Amino acid sequence: MSRTFDTSSPTTTSTDEAKIHYLFQLADNALIMGQRLCEWTGVAPELEIDLALCNIALDHLGQANAWYEYLVEIYPQATDVDQLAFCRDEHQYYNITLVELPNGDFAQTIAKMALFSIFNYYLHDALRQCSDARIAAIAARSYKEIQYHRRYASNWLLRLGDGTDISHERMQKALDIVWDHAFEAFTPSPADHIMHQQGIAPDLEQIKALWEDEVHQLLHKATLSIPDTGFTGYRAKSDGVHTEHMGYLLAEMQYMQRRYPNLQW
Amino acid sequence: MTKEEILDILQQIKDPEIPNLSVIELGMIRDVELSAPNAVIVRFTPTYSGCPATTLIKMEILQRLKEAGVEHIEIVEQLSPPWTTESFSPQALEKLRQAGIAPPHPHHKRGEDPPALGIPCPYCESTDTKLLSAFGTTACKALYQCTTCGQPFDYFKCH
Repeated sequence: MSRTFDTSSPTTTSTDEAKIHYLFQLADNALIMGQRLCEWTGVAPELEIDLALCNIALDHLGQANAWYEYLVEIYPQATDVDQLAFCRDEHQYYNITLVELPNGDFAQTIAKMALFSIFNYYLHDALRQCSDARIAAIAARSYKEIQYHRRYASNWLLRLGDGTDISHERMQKALDIVWDHAFEAFTPSPADHIMHQQGIAPDLEQIKALWEDEVHQLLHKATLSIPDTGFTGYRAKSDGVHTEHMGYLLAEMQYMQRRYPNLQW
Repeated sequence: MTKEEILDILQQIKDPEIPNLSVIELGMIRDVELSAPNAVIVRFTPTYSGCPATTLIKMEILQRLKEAGVEHIEIVEQLSPPWTTESFSPQALEKLRQAGIAPPHPHHKRGEDPPALGIPCPYCESTDTKLLSAFGTTACKALYQCTTCGQPFDYFKCH
């Protein structure tokens, strides 16, 4: 069984390719978000936060697993879930850059999680009603879990933003750091575009409107200001062009499968 | 082998994280079909996406049915409709309580945070309890503490 991952000779039509790319977007967002949250295990500010972040990480890894399982069935180059998760190179991952950003302090993790899970919530709400039965089924199950992630992150963002002077300052700083990266979610990749035409993916403009409405209200309630949007041209989702953080994340995440190919627990 | 015998075997398989409830009582078995003599299809619905017990439970289903002499076993994962705590039987709710886990509460709306107060303590039945964390020992549970008897306890979230 080949453990390397070769995407140089696509054998599928463009609609099939778009679907595969789209599933990678969903799977990689979940995998990388989960991997980052796992880094909090044992070092979170409180035991309850530790438990919550581990549970949320596990939800994401489970969701990633479900998407990769679907990919293994429809993508000729895929052999198994582990190969997809651990044996691709950096440019073959199509998550948005927001999820690969370092955890930073707790405020930065909450900023990332809030912006991502509110997007994820509306995305999965749409996908669970889409015409692809398998995508709809995975999205329906994930949606239930994402509801918890969204509320958890929103509650903390509110508490820290509308907390003490120090917590407010740190929450604002964290938002400023991650803000621009969230907009990559709303810039359609070619796969987003084709899947929308196929009636599977939602219109990202609509998702963005829902997201902005909720995020702006949340920030207002938390007495935080909406950061100015700067650079929004990130292209990890469409072209696999990542931030400098991704390579380090993969080096750690892929270590076991790279060092001991075909390793099984 | 009859369908009833297969169900009897599955009734013996417990969730490793809730050891007094079987996979049937938890609503994880959607259906069992005898496709041929000695060939069984089990329609299985996993709970949470990341539930680490899923793999273990599947292995146990294979092993137990094999030991009982079933030659061909197919476990089909059925994701839709998604698993829900609404399919718990009254017996299952009572068994949860006996295991020290407060069962899903009717006032807790699915998809909402567990209530901050008032989930009955499975040890002393007091409703003077408070939520410590919406995320407990596993993804499916929240952590509470009883103010009357002092005991911390798990609450099975409505899902």
